[in-house]
Amino acid sequence: MELNAKIPQGDLKDKWSYYKGNVKLVNPANKRKYNLIVVGTGLAGASAAASLAELGYNVKSFCFQDSPRRAHSIAAQGGINAAKNYQNDGDSVWRLFYDTIKGGDYRAREANVHRLAELSVNIIDQCVAQGVPFAREYGGLLDNRSFGGAQVSRTFYARGQTGQQLLLGAYSALMRQVGLGKVKLFPRYEMLDLVVVDGRARGIITRNLITGAVERHAADAVILATGGYGNLFYLSTNAKGSNVTASWRSYKRGALFANPCFTQIHPTCIPVKGDYQSKLTLMSESLRNDGRVWVPKRKGDTRKPMDIPENERDYYLERKYPSFGNLVPRDVASRNAKEVVDEGRGVGESGFAVYLDFADAIKRLGVDEIKMRYGNLFDMYYQITDEDPYKVPMRIYPAVHYTMGGLWVDYELMTTIPGLYALGECNFSDHGANRLGASALMQGLADGYFVIPYTIGNYLADHRPDGLDINAQEFETVEKEVNDRVGKLLSVNGSRTVDDFHRNLGQIMWEYVGMSRNEGGLKKAIKLISELRDEFWKDVKVLGRNEELNQSLEKAGRVADFLELGELVARGALNRNESCGGHFRAEYQTQENEALRDDENYCYVAAWQFKGDDQLPELHKENLKFEFVTPSQRSYK
Amino acid sequence: MSNGKKMNLSLKIWRQADKNSAGEFKDYTVNNVSPDMSFLEMLDVLNEELIIKGEEPVAFDHDCREGICGSCSLYINGRPHGPKRGVTACQLHMRSFHDGQSIVIEPWRANAFPVVKDLIVDRSAFDRIITAGGFVSVNSGGAADANSILISKDDVEYALDASQCIGCGACVAVCKNSSASLFVGAKIAHLSRLPQGSPERHKRAINMIKQMDKEGFGSCTNTEACAAECPKEISMDVIVTMRKEYMKAIKEME
Amino acid sequence: MGWFIKFIDSSIGKKIVMALTGLFLSIFLIAHLAGNLLLLAGDGGVKFEEYANFMAESGNIPVRIVEIALFILLIYHIINGIRITSINRKARNIKYKKVDASANSTFFSRFMIQSGGIIFIFLVIHLRSFFFPYRFSHPEITMYEAVKTAFENPLYSGFYVFAMVLLAFHLNHGVQSAFQTLGLYDKKITPIIKKTGTAFAIIICLAFAIIPLYFLMGMGE
Repeated sequence: MELNAKIPQGDLKDKWSYYKGNVKLVNPANKRKYNLIVVGTGLAGASAAASLAELGYNVKSFCFQDSPRRAHSIAAQGGINAAKNYQNDGDSVWRLFYDTIKGGDYRAREANVHRLAELSVNIIDQCVAQGVPFAREYGGLLDNRSFGGAQVSRTFYARGQTGQQLLLGAYSALMRQVGLGKVKLFPRYEMLDLVVVDGRARGIITRNLITGAVERHAADAVILATGGYGNLFYLSTNAKGSNVTASWRSYKRGALFANPCFTQIHPTCIPVKGDYQSKLTLMSESLRNDGRVWVPKRKGDTRKPMDIPENERDYYLERKYPSFGNLVPRDVASRNAKEVVDEGRGVGESGFAVYLDFADAIKRLGVDEIKMRYGNLFDMYYQITDEDPYKVPMRIYPAVHYTMGGLWVDYELMTTIPGLYALGECNFSDHGANRLGASALMQGLADGYFVIPYTIGNYLADHRPDGLDINAQEFETVEKEVNDRVGKLLSVNGSRTVDDFHRNLGQIMWEYVGMSRNEGGLKKAIKLISELRDEFWKDVKVLGRNEELNQSLEKAGRVADFLELGELVARGALNRNESCGGHFRAEYQTQENEALRDDENYCYVAAWQFKGDDQLPELHKENLKFEFVTPSQRSYK
Repeated sequence: MSNGKKMNLSLKIWRQADKNSAGEFKDYTVNNVSPDMSFLEMLDVLNEELIIKGEEPVAFDHDCREGICGSCSLYINGRPHGPKRGVTACQLHMRSFHDGQSIVIEPWRANAFPVVKDLIVDRSAFDRIITAGGFVSVNSGGAADANSILISKDDVEYALDASQCIGCGACVAVCKNSSASLFVGAKIAHLSRLPQGSPERHKRAINMIKQMDKEGFGSCTNTEACAAECPKEISMDVIVTMRKEYMKAIKEME
Repeated sequence: MGWFIKFIDSSIGKKIVMALTGLFLSIFLIAHLAGNLLLLAGDGGVKFEEYANFMAESGNIPVRIVEIALFILLIYHIINGIRITSINRKARNIKYKKVDASANSTFFSRFMIQSGGIIFIFLVIHLRSFFFPYRFSHPEITMYEAVKTAFENPLYSGFYVFAMVLLAFHLNHGVQSAFQTLGLYDKKITPIIKKTGTAFAIIICLAFAIIPLYFLMGMGE
């Protein structure tokens, strides 16, 4: 399969303008004849559904939550980047583009990333117009902060709740269209499969989560905005309901899945406490501006942190990276924490944690200043751990946070199935092998507000609305497959709960496909996952019926898909014989234990094609050409 | 490091098969509860035990488990989100309870929030209220430069205090009148305080309040229980603002 | 006028009516108390009788107008209160098994309809004892004597004092709540309004309650 990214011609900074100037348009009077499906109501989904409805298309919007406002974009804390250069500190579209492509360790497409940087400024304008209360200075102008190691202050924020405020903005735009009758909302509906007719995505099969009714929905195009697959690891900062099902079902219907092994592990999360733990909580990485990371020098040192004298502490980040110290990028900080824990020098009850100590900062700046900078984070930490971080060092540990991989899309955000689009975290497009802080919100909204409204017209203009009937044979076939699968899950009636399997899968993933990977471990993981999957279908216990609200059944379907995805992630990691960004292969590191990229052999997007349940997926490569920037080795020494 | 002892608890939980069935309380015990567990994790443990025993697990709404999505909707021992102020049930930890305690867990009770199953309620009334006017009428694209509108820090902070509402419905649940005033007031206060939301402020107040009344919520009698129990600690001020907006809108009523 | 009906019939409009009528009735209480305190003048009721006759005079047009307004507003306050309560109760058909209301609201705010109900019963008795006889006919004894006789009965005085306690409860929440309903809420001002409301409730009701106690203890001549 030839992967054509459809990158427009011209100089990097002219590509998007050229595209917009030459794209096919749909006559306004014809737009209302098209029906579109948008799955997911996070930043990408809500903004896309609202924007498309504003243009006149008929939109059906689906989410599994009880309200579109609860999508997990709501939990993003830090902020959203935009190349506004309001601070007069030298920012520009080019610089944001460059930082993003470099931060992604040169594994993203130049044209996509540049478009993202261009659109970043429009996003801020749009959100402000909607009434998003971004932080302001006393003069009434917008405030910015620096974030994620950038050398400019380009991050717009609303306290620690930027994601919430942006999502509520997109949600309000969506609800306005619901009121105008242009969007029909389907909350508590889960997409369980994709319907492809004559090679085009023409609809979805859903399950009504309250009644269990399996239903067919036809459309002229289907847009997925269903988020990432971090819950593959069981414990992650994702919401409990976040899942891969929509993407995975689409993969199995022919959409290619790109760079599955690019997963991001965030270094500053509250560590795991016990077996019952269901979820990990992120602490903003801004804490590393003032906190010092350390572990005891001696293995198995169980003394209280305050009893360990200065000369018996190892401030390992400061020691190994004298110029960046505690502010090394996310992937480096996470990997080093794992290293010291593996050496047996981890702290806390479980030993899976390192200290983040504010004692020096408090001495230097005073408690009040620290309270002002991090008060809400300290409160949250106290709430969860019952420990006072003003007195005792915080304990932190890395956790799965974001997945850069996802459905392969071209420049128009279309997958390899014509008429099927993927937006936001569920596509692979803009972050390469590592995402920078405050860039996820930017991408979700750029895709939804400003990219899809243009690119979808280019497709629809060539496909007249034909009023496809949901009684078509293809719908019937897929619906039957969905029903069979649900029936199968309910009929196993084994002895282990869904959560039990999910936890098990998470352990395998974390151990062998987590922060540091190697060939032997990955091969072992592939074997273990496949065995676990077999066991799942023989021994899972799902009670109740389909025709009711059945949370175990919902989970079972999602975990079944994770059990398949896990193997693909491991295979992807095994294939990529290099280290880059969030993907670290222990065999491929510099003498100083840093990621060793192999641009000669792996400067490509690895896009995997499903070939059947008993077959290995087929790898297709989209070679990445860097015409405008030159890939370099990252060093933080 | 908390070295709290494990606890044994007896729970009284509302079980209801679906919207149309009658429900009832059932008694359960959970043993060896760690004080470091969140309240929802305690329910997870109970559910795992129930499934193994072949009993249907308790259905409850939850998603982000970090206090921001607003899914949690548990009435715990007579209070929404339980005994601690300023937190949702997912951020409530078992150290707030003691060994041997009995805990009554109920769904939100309001006619406008019908029970869907067990502890899950239908809060779509909130979505319909937002649909009626909780937005600024701007289409994507064409917005002016973000810094062309000056907004004072005070105004934006006030707007943010209001707009941080997570739509959980604790205000309705705790109000003896099942009033949605804190929720509706929060959105009206947020948008009316900002220049972007001002042009349609009167229409917004009229339409949102009309929808609120239509959904069957009660009216506010200033007991202030909502503000006391709001996990985001939204102030009564938003309700007062809502009334003022409504009074100002009188000239646009037909 | 459709818009006006819609306004006063909306959930917020009903509360605004409640607040306005409530505040008017509170002002009436001050005037009423001022007149009643003449009972304590120790002059055997001379000044009080003058005042009572002045107020009952059919030709006293301003007083008659205020009197009618007062009754209309009182009745509206009561009916509106009952309507609000009934709508509010209907908003929750299934009650909670366990409610820890004291954790988040005051006792006074939760029992307005109950305190209001008892005040209503009190009003009926009160009007029957004094207002109707002296407004519409000419009883043989003076009003001062009627008051004295009534209050020397411990049962009557006891009920009067009890009603005043409930009136204080009602006012304690009602006065400050009315200001909130009418849009006055401020970090600095609201605590002052709340304290003033409580002080108002206590002073007015205490002063009213002194009168029956004064006669009960045989201090009336």
